[in-house]
Amino acid sequence: MSRADAIALAYILAFTLFVVGLRLLRGPRTAVRGNLVAAAGMAIAVVATLADRRIGDWGLIAAGLALGTAVGIPAARQVRMTAMPQMVALFNGVGGGAVALISLVEYRETGGDLPLETLIPGLFAAIIGSISFWGSLVAYAKLQELVPGRPLRLPGGAALNAVLALVVLALAVLIAAGADVEALYWLLLAGAAAFGVLAVLPIGGADMPVVISTLNAFTGLSAAAAGVALDNVALIVAGMLVGASGSILTRQMAEAMNRTVASVLLGGFGTDGGTLAAGAGSSDGTVRPTSAADVAIQLTYARLVVVVPGYGMAVAQAQRAVAALATELERRGVEVLYGIHPVAGRMPGHMNVLLAEADVPYERLREMDDINAEFPRTDVALVIGANDVTNPAARTDPGSPIYGMPILDVDRAASVVVLKRSMASGFAGIDNPLFRDVRTAMLFGDAKASVTDLLTEVHAL
Amino acid sequence: MDLVTELAILVLAAFVGFEVISKVPNTLHTPLMSGTNAIHGIVLLGALLVIGPADGALDDALLVLAIAFGTINVIGGFLVTDRMLGMFKGRRREHEDGPPR
Repeated sequence: MSRADAIALAYILAFTLFVVGLRLLRGPRTAVRGNLVAAAGMAIAVVATLADRRIGDWGLIAAGLALGTAVGIPAARQVRMTAMPQMVALFNGVGGGAVALISLVEYRETGGDLPLETLIPGLFAAIIGSISFWGSLVAYAKLQELVPGRPLRLPGGAALNAVLALVVLALAVLIAAGADVEALYWLLLAGAAAFGVLAVLPIGGADMPVVISTLNAFTGLSAAAAGVALDNVALIVAGMLVGASGSILTRQMAEAMNRTVASVLLGGFGTDGGTLAAGAGSSDGTVRPTSAADVAIQLTYARLVVVVPGYGMAVAQAQRAVAALATELERRGVEVLYGIHPVAGRMPGHMNVLLAEADVPYERLREMDDINAEFPRTDVALVIGANDVTNPAARTDPGSPIYGMPILDVDRAASVVVLKRSMASGFAGIDNPLFRDVRTAMLFGDAKASVTDLLTEVHAL
Repeated sequence: MDLVTELAILVLAAFVGFEVISKVPNTLHTPLMSGTNAIHGIVLLGALLVIGPADGALDDALLVLAIAFGTINVIGGFLVTDRMLGMFKGRRREHEDGPPR
């Protein structure tokens, strides 16, 4: 068996392990093993590649690996669970960046003298990789609040982006047609970069679950394209697996908001008109503030309390305080469940990870359909930093921008307590009639401070 | 390998991806995403293959960066996923032992 055959077999073993690993990721019991299996596949693929005869310049390889390890390990070890969405965005982005760089160097090394079946996938990889890199950086900056999370719209932004897309496409055609000018390739990357930045900037933070999944799919697709360009089966299969899984997640997230992927990516949710807050009945009813002491009494005498967490809980890092409060209530015989909306937070499954970190038992976390059946028998729905996913206007007000979005029916509980920083409008600036419902009381303040106060008051009872 | 074979592999891999991922519960969406994230770090292989002895200084610099990026993607992705899943696992074990009541 030749060395090339051995490497090809190692690749087959590697992507078999990827598929098995992904399958194991489907169940909470087997997921840890799944991740390890996939990692083993990756290790095999890397070692097999290093055995390739074409490999040169070990010093540079060692430098790159050392640099990546030195950055990657501390970053992954130290990141707080609340900062996970931006970390995932960043890890995703560097993957796309690597693809773009590889395509660029391959083009430079050959002076553009490549057969079309290599050149075209290479161009595709360069464009998508560059979009993914820069788009992910913007997503990171938004989630880290380096730039405002609200939709940022440039005048004529959509038109500008359409023009950019056309320019990038034209450059790609020029290069493929044999215009042997390296500057064009750099321009292509720059154009794709600008497109990536401008595409993500106008998307609001509440839509981040869709954005992050899309960028994940993009990096996967770019890796698969690079695999076609480099004749590397491992890249093709692994890249495409990720492209497929990212696409599925993107679609699921968009469905959970009752919107199309296109409408999310075209962005600017909640900004296409100043009439949003003027939906039906924005003036009927007043907001009723309450105190921690009152809520504590309500909670203690409840039979069933449903906690509905949202991004506010993540921002305030209140998950441990929430879990402690739940434990105390359970000790007093109150049943506590958690209602998790699929797009609560800033990435798919965000709330589940935070609550898992706080050691909340798995069975207490209920998905939307499941928990909605429980609200009619719920005594207190405790909404912690969630807004749009509880907005009853999605059911009742055809004029609302989120009309039709599946929501958690907290308004069907006997009473609702909303923990919120202030009455300042939510992320998307959409009016939420829940806050003025007669059964709703508002507990203003930082979520962590409020929950800690609640716990103190419950202890005092 | 010829283009048609590669495209066939591409299409089949997409279907395998759809099949394998379709039924992941919401709870595991984040680990799934960061796990697949780590898998597309496979681009590291591409960087390893393209780097050669005859490159210019700029190419070398770009490829070292590409290798570093790919390594961050792979190592960071798998580690972060493991950390997240570790929390799910730890909690379950605790629960099986009977939570403190």
